Amino acid sequence: MIKSYRVRILIKGEIMGKISLEVNGRKVEKEASDNTLLSTFLREHLQLTGTHIGCDTSQCGACVVHVDGNSLKSCTALAADVNGSKVTTIEGLETNGKMHPMQEAFKKLHGLQCGFCTPGMVMSAVDLLQKNKKPSDTEIRDWLEGNICRCTGYQNIVAAVKEAATKM
Amino acid sequence: MKDFNYHSAKDSKEASKLASSSSAFLAGGMTTIPSMKLGLATYKDLIDIKNIKKLSGIKVSGKSVTIGAATKHVEVSNSKDVKKAIPSLSSLAEGIGDPQVRNRGTIGGSIANNDPSADYPSACIALNATIHTNERKIESAKFFKGMFETALKKGELIEAIEFQIPEKSSYQKHPNPASRYAIVGVYVAKHKGDVNVAVTGAKSCVYNDKEMSKALSGNFSSSSIDGMDLDSSEMNTDMHASAEFRASLVVTQAKKAVDAC
Ligand SMILES: Cc1cc2nc3c(=O)[nH]c(=O)nc-3n(C[C@H](O)[C@H](O)[C@H](O)COP(=O)(O)OP(=O)(O)OC[C@H]3O[C@@H](n4cnc5c(N)ncnc54)[C@H](O)[C@@H]3O)c2cc1C
Ligand code: FES
Ligand code: FES
Repeated sequence: MIKSYRVRILIKGEIMGKISLEVNGRKVEKEASDNTLLSTFLREHLQLTGTHIGCDTSQCGACVVHVDGNSLKSCTALAADVNGSKVTTIEGLETNGKMHPMQEAFKKLHGLQCGFCTPGMVMSAVDLLQKNKKPSDTEIRDWLEGNICRCTGYQNIVAAVKEAATKM
Repeated sequence: MKDFNYHSAKDSKEASKLASSSSAFLAGGMTTIPSMKLGLATYKDLIDIKNIKKLSGIKVSGKSVTIGAATKHVEVSNSKDVKKAIPSLSSLAEGIGDPQVRNRGTIGGSIANNDPSADYPSACIALNATIHTNERKIESAKFFKGMFETALKKGELIEAIEFQIPEKSSYQKHPNPASRYAIVGVYVAKHKGDVNVAVTGAKSCVYNDKEMSKALSGNFSSSSIDGMDLDSSEMNTDMHASAEFRASLVVTQAKKAVDAC
């Protein structure tokens, strides 16, 4: 992927530049300062607040999105640094108002309680199934190492990922 | 996060030209960005080196495996060439953090940062690695200077890390269950002449344990280090483990590594 060249200007003392991304299939272009995190760009510039922020230390995984097909923690990437990429957030998983099989499985098997960790959990789990179609329990648990849930105790999350694997 | 300038360098020359006393290179950002968010570090300029083609990739020759500095952990763990030449190195990469950290974090960033509990520094010591920078070649034994401290000069860019292929090797980590950083990790590598026992997580900086190396060079069997009483006076104590526990873990992990060789 060729990263587009970013022209930067000074606005109100901040160094701003254009960020061009394809987010959930839609081309977007916005000015943002160089220190804008991808998570901030998604939540505050595009109002895609499905991507959550649960920590300051890159450990919780509530902010996981896909960039060019791979999952990453959007709180630990600069918008400038993924400029020109394709981004998928939790809002981009549904098709024509129908939930993604992973979302369906989380709903059906109670893979969530408060739901705070869920967007990141789901995005991370979808990436797992892209890479490993039939993961074992251990492989699921290992993969979700970077996603912390303080409610469910993980059992139903693992069950939901296994269920989704039969549907995807 | 404080304001800064983001630059994307197209080659090593441009990257080092942009570097100053108030800049950092941006590789995976998995250390730099969290430390900036927490206010532990501030920079005027971040110089992205990920788009420098020459810095990524893996080359295997008869004697060595050379990994570009901006190669991601996931690329090392998935590489068939690494798996074949030095399987312990690919499993070390697979054990770093979590999938999202491995999708971004790089080998160059890891060794430049020299976290006392990081995994890759132990591989460098155990596998007699040579660190190639834009200015010179540095032997691992002279590269890791102390806690978060290396022989790199300001603006010096790591280009590649060249690992010597050992006869046998194994890396055994006792991970922190939350972060996966090593509470103690021991990398044992048997080369033609001698054995290296590189230890991470135990002290303020990675080191080669001379006592165990000597014992294992004489007799490469876990029985030759069984019950060894290591000096714990310089070992770390924190909420995860006391110095005494770490000293005992070093021996346990080293024995596991020898048995797995
Ligand atoms: C949740 C979490 C868990 C983690 N778990 C582990 C773990 O289990 N084990 C482990 O070892 N690590 C772990 N890490 C750290 C991870 O491996 C980082 O990727 C790594 O330490 C830094 O690499 P980076 O590419 O992200 O570097 P960056 O953050 O981009 O850079 C770090 C530093 O290195 C310098 N630098 C980067 N590249 C170069 C270069 N080519 N030449 C000179 N200087 C350079 C930069 O200037 C900067 O000062 C974890 C991190 C997180 C966030
Ligand atoms: S918000 Fe916690 S890992 Fe990104
Ligand atoms: S459902 Fe509440 S944190 Fe996971």
